[in-house]
This record gives sequence, structure tokens and C-alpha cells, in this order.
Amino acid sequence: MPAKAILSGVHFMNGDEAIAEGAIAAGCRFFAAYPITPQSEIAERLAWRLPQIGGVFIQMEDEIAAIAAVLGASWGGMKAMTATSGPGFSLMMENLGLGVMTETPCVIVDVQRAAPSTGLPTLVGQGDMMQARWGSHGHYEIIALCPASPQEAFDLTVKAFALSERFRVPVLIMTDEVVGHMYERVEIPPEVPVAPRRKPRVPPEQFLPFQPDPDLVPPMACAGEGYRIHVTGLTHDERGYPDMSPEAHDRLVRRLVDKIRLFPQEYTFYEEVQLEDAEIAVVSYGISARVSLGGVELARRAGIRAGLFRLITAWPFPEEAVFRLAQRVKGIVVVEINLGQMSREVERAVRGRVPVHGVYHAGGRIHTPEEVFQGIEEVYRQCR
Amino acid sequence: MNETQERVAKRWRVPKGYVYVLEEFCKGCGFCVEFCPRKVLAQASHFNDKGYHPPEVVAPEACVLCGFCERICPDFAIWVEEEGGSDAG
Amino acid sequence: MPVKVEKAQPELVPDVHHPLEKWLRTDRLPHIWCSGCGLGTALSAFLYALEELGWDPDSVAVVSGIGCAGRVAGYLRLDTYHTTHGRPVPFATGLKLAKPDLHVIVFSGDGDLFAIGGNHFIHAARRNLDIAVICVNNFNYGMTGGQLGPTTPVGGRTTTSPYGNFEHPFNLVHLAASAGATYVARCTTLDGRRLQKTLVEALSHKGFTFVEILAPCPTNYGRRNRLGEGLDELRYYREQMVIRHGADPKEADIVPGKPFLVGKFVDIQKPTYLELYQAKLREIGGG
Repeated sequence: MPAKAILSGVHFMNGDEAIAEGAIAAGCRFFAAYPITPQSEIAERLAWRLPQIGGVFIQMEDEIAAIAAVLGASWGGMKAMTATSGPGFSLMMENLGLGVMTETPCVIVDVQRAAPSTGLPTLVGQGDMMQARWGSHGHYEIIALCPASPQEAFDLTVKAFALSERFRVPVLIMTDEVVGHMYERVEIPPEVPVAPRRKPRVPPEQFLPFQPDPDLVPPMACAGEGYRIHVTGLTHDERGYPDMSPEAHDRLVRRLVDKIRLFPQEYTFYEEVQLEDAEIAVVSYGISARVSLGGVELARRAGIRAGLFRLITAWPFPEEAVFRLAQRVKGIVVVEINLGQMSREVERAVRGRVPVHGVYHAGGRIHTPEEVFQGIEEVYRQCR
Repeated sequence: MNETQERVAKRWRVPKGYVYVLEEFCKGCGFCVEFCPRKVLAQASHFNDKGYHPPEVVAPEACVLCGFCERICPDFAIWVEEEGGSDAG
Repeated sequence: MPVKVEKAQPELVPDVHHPLEKWLRTDRLPHIWCSGCGLGTALSAFLYALEELGWDPDSVAVVSGIGCAGRVAGYLRLDTYHTTHGRPVPFATGLKLAKPDLHVIVFSGDGDLFAIGGNHFIHAARRNLDIAVICVNNFNYGMTGGQLGPTTPVGGRTTTSPYGNFEHPFNLVHLAASAGATYVARCTTLDGRRLQKTLVEALSHKGFTFVEILAPCPTNYGRRNRLGEGLDELRYYREQMVIRHGADPKEADIVPGKPFLVGKFVDIQKPTYLELYQAKLREIGGG
């Protein structure tokens, strides 16, 4: 009796393993990757688990090949995923763009480590956030989610597959080395709904592969299903035929962006902690958000009413929610393991209503609660 | 979706069938004329709308319908058809 | 008074269909390739091979990369994928492993497959992956204007080797054979039915299959090296090509002005990636 796909029950596992199980639970049956710390546990677990359930695990010759194989597998009808860290993430950028342009559902996990370059391979970082948003070339839109615990790593991976099928776009899991390697309780439900792939509703001779439904997303005909469509990274028209006109380009690129931007309610997730009466809000994500709770607590003990706004969706950035936050507090502190990336988005969303103070460091360790508290004090003084 | 446009071709009667030439596809590379083993074809004097000289059958009686013109043509502009209507290709 | 031989008169026939129409997006023809380029001939031979094999078009997928040869996918009425530069082979790997019953063929050029795509090619060959790779080798990067490529012969003039290429080029046959390809052949676009026969044989082979097809590139490589028109390059093939099956791949170098080998170099059986993977699944009871 082959092993079960969904390991329902309570587990003690790290974030990487939880991502692997989330993918399997979501119906992922194809994983291609290249070894890189701190992603190893994802690949190793899937190398062990996917063959048990008739899935495909393949270690490719580099990360470019890994993402290319994932795109191919998606067009072969499978839910497909790859996982990497900074250096590999950089190599995947061009094919991320191919995935966007050809509207290929897939999930890409970036277990961030201290960078740039080889940096601190085994130590935490959060410096790939802007690369996640703009790393490929051209103007486009993707969705990126940031888990702050192994449980959320499982849940958001399941969510990522659903969003990638719904919007026909690569969805990124932007986690980090600490969440990836920390062990916590992870509950896997008895069942996990497998997100459907939107299929054509007309026979091949009437089907226009890139003519969208009203929600701007076209049904997807995969290989071997009798639709015989042409899929190209070139700018293309509704038939999928290359079209080199600026008009076709504008129409296509706008649709690829609007199909996501017009439905924020479907992917905008954030968590508010103790913000009801807060004067100072800490905005953070991933492991940094966990530490920030310690800073909030120290502030509260020192008589400063602080709270946490935790980003779960990094991209598209929850602008409205942060703008509304700025109308409820006097100051904002952004805590992230880089020298200011998501803070730029916060500043843009806040539009100068309140001061925004960054608590940064370049990488290799997580913040201390005291550092966060000092940041809260700093901005508290500024806005008195 | 993939309806094929209405194409008008020139067709020459040859002993075993027909030789078709779709002049507007031809890019005047001369492969068919050069490598026809029976010297059936020659470059026409007129141009197609792209300014290329398409081939034309000048020695129909020499044609044995070997189909090499069809095989060597890079532009799908020339092909043969056995008289019985089945493709001799 | 010479008998005036009246010229054979053609008749105009409406609504004609090329024998390969079933496979072609005729609404996208005439295609993009230059007058005298060999790509159309290579594509045509490939389609005659598919016709001979009698495969269901729904079971055939073609993946191509970037470059002149990369445009092949766009002209086929099949499931076709025009991927990024150098990446058709790994894309095809994912496609094949996700849908093993699909015939997956990579159809691309010398630059795409062996410069930027070289690492992927040798690994797919090493794995004896169940895909066929057809490389149309025109000895330079045609699409981008005629730059130096990994197969440009020594002395070859290109826009990025204006003084003549001094680098040692790849012998693609030798490279494919040594990387693990279990079927390796070379043809030219002049070979007509022999090219079709080779492709039928290659596409029927189980495991990683490589077919190199030499093709003229009059606009770039031909012009800059005074090889004349496409026609002249085909004449060159006719003069210099030596057909020898089973020759040692090491001898398949192409040296301008010297004879070069065509034919089948490798045709061996070795367990394919899919066979090994499926055996492993059975072994662990997960199949």
C-alpha cells in the first residue's frame, strides 16, 4: 500500500519539511531543484516522499534547469514546485518571467539566507524581497507569501498552489533560514482541497488559448489534451501567436498585471496583534515578526502602547491596509533582516502621514527584542 | 481557429500527376531548380509579390514525380501529387 | 524554321493544400526564415518523418529555444513551447517526466543548445532521458545578426569574430556521444529522404536521441565567409559530405574545405531515465 500523500495529524517538523508536506498535500507531484543551503530539507524530504506517492523528484544540473523543468511539468499537467535560496533564486529570474508571460502555474520557494553573493550560506537573511518583486526583466506582477512558522509554511504552500492555479502565475514562498530550520508543532488536516486547474470549456477548434475569461485569466490547455496550442515567451495574441505590435504588447502586459491587481481580496493576508489601542505599530514578516512580538511586549511594559502588523502577503504589497494603519497609529517601525526593503513599500503606502523608522541589520542573525524595543522608543520620541 | 487561408496555386500536368507551385510562399532560393534530377524546373522570369522568381515547370515530360523538389523546398512552396489524387510524396 | 515548342501552361487551382498542411500553422506562413536558409527544409523533413511514423498529433510536443531555429515551434500545429534561450532541454525534461506517454522533441539551434544550453544538453544526455534533440547547425547565431557560435569553424568570419574565429569549435557528434546520447546522427538539409529516414529512426529510438542537421545560413554565415547563396552551401555539402555509418564520433570534425562525415554514429540501447525511475518506483512500492 503506497504511502499516504496527506500525513494527517500532528507533527514536530521544521519549516522546510512543512513546505514539502504542504506541496504534497496541495497536489504537487513534480519537484525539480538543485542543492543549496538552507533549502536542503525541502528537497531531501521530497526526494524521499514523492516517489512513495508516484510523484516525480528530479535534481537538475542547476537552478535554471530546475525552474525550466517545473514550467515544463506544469504544461505537462502537473502541479510543480522548485525551492532554492538567494544564489539559485537569482538564476531562476529569467524563467520566472517565462512563467509569468506564459501564465504557467507553479510555486517557487526561496529560503532566504544572508546575502549578497555567497554571504552566510547557513545563516538567516531577508534581503531577496525586492528581487522577488522585480527580479525578472520587464514589468509584471507575481504573488509572494511569507510564512513565520512551520505551521504557516505548510498552510501557505497549500495556499500558494491554489493561488498559482487561480491566477495562472508563479507564486513565491519567501521564507527564511530560521523559519526553515526551526522545529515546531505542525498540524496537517485530514483533507486538503486540491486547487482545480481551469480547463477549456470549448472544443479545440473554438479555443483561443490566451483569450481570458472575465476575470482576465484564460483557461489552460496542457500538452497532450488535443488542443495543440503554441506557448511562447514572445509577446503573443489571443491565439498564442507571436505579435510584435506595441498594442498587442500593452494589451497583454496590462492583462498579466491586472488579472492579479484587480482581486487583492483573494491574496492579501496580514495579521494584526495588539493594534487595537496601539500608538506605535511594528511592521514585519517572517522570523522578524516573531521577534518583534518580544519588542512589543517590552514596549508595553515600558508604558508604550505598541502592536504588530505582520505581513503575510509581501507582494502585491497590502498598500490599503498599511495606509489605514498609518491613520490609526503615530509611528511605524519596520523590522527586517536587510538594510531597508519592505520599509520602502511601507513608506510609500504611509505617504508621510507618520514617521517610519527602520530596525535593520544586514543578516546572519535574527533581531533581539531589545533592538526592536529601541526602535519603538526611537519613533515614539520622534512623534511626541 | 486554425482555418487555413484560401490559397491559389499554379499546377502543371506531368506524366504521373501534377506539380504544384504556391508562388507567394517561394523565396527564390533556387533549391528545387538546382536539385531536380530531371531538370524539369526553371526560374520564372516574373516575380512574386515579394520580388522573388518562383520556379515553373519547363520540361513536364521529363518529370518522374520523385518529389525531391518538395523535399528540398524550405518554404512549402512546391509539391507533387500523383494523378490518382493520393500524394506521391 | 524551328518548331516553336510551346511552353507548358499551368492551370490555376484554388484552395490547395500542401501535403504537410495537417502539421503546419499555414495561417502563419510564409515563415520568418531567410531565402536559402535550411531551417524550412529541416522542418519539412521532420514533418515527413512524423507523417511516416503515423503518430497521433495529440501525442507530440515540440519544444524550441531562442534563435532562428527557435521559431520552429511557432509553425507547428502541435503542443509547442517556445522557451527561453538555452532552456528547451530542461523544459522538455519536465514536460516528459510529467507526461511520459507524450513524444517530446526539442528542435533548436547550435547556439541555443550548445552555448547557453550546453550544460542542460550534456546532463539530459548523461541521464539518457527519453527525448529527441534535433539541432539545426548553421554555424553561427543567425537571428541576432551572425555572431560567433560554439560550432563556428576556425577562421570563420562572424560579426563577433571579424578577424576570423580562432577558437576550437565543438564536434557536436562527439560531444553528444561522449555525454551519453544513445542515438547520434548527422545529416544536412540536402539529404532529402535520407534526412527523413534518419529522423524516423531517431524519433523511434528509446532514450536520449541527438540529430545534427547542417543547414545553410546565406544571410549571415554564408555571406560573411563568401560561401555564396544557400544554394552554394548545399553544393558545398554535395561536394564535401562523406556518408559513413558507424564512424568514430571523434572523426566527425567539420573543417572548411575538407570532407566531413554524415550518417549514424551511435545507436545503442541503455536503460532510459524513465525506465530507471519507474523501476525504482516499483522497487519502493510507490508506483
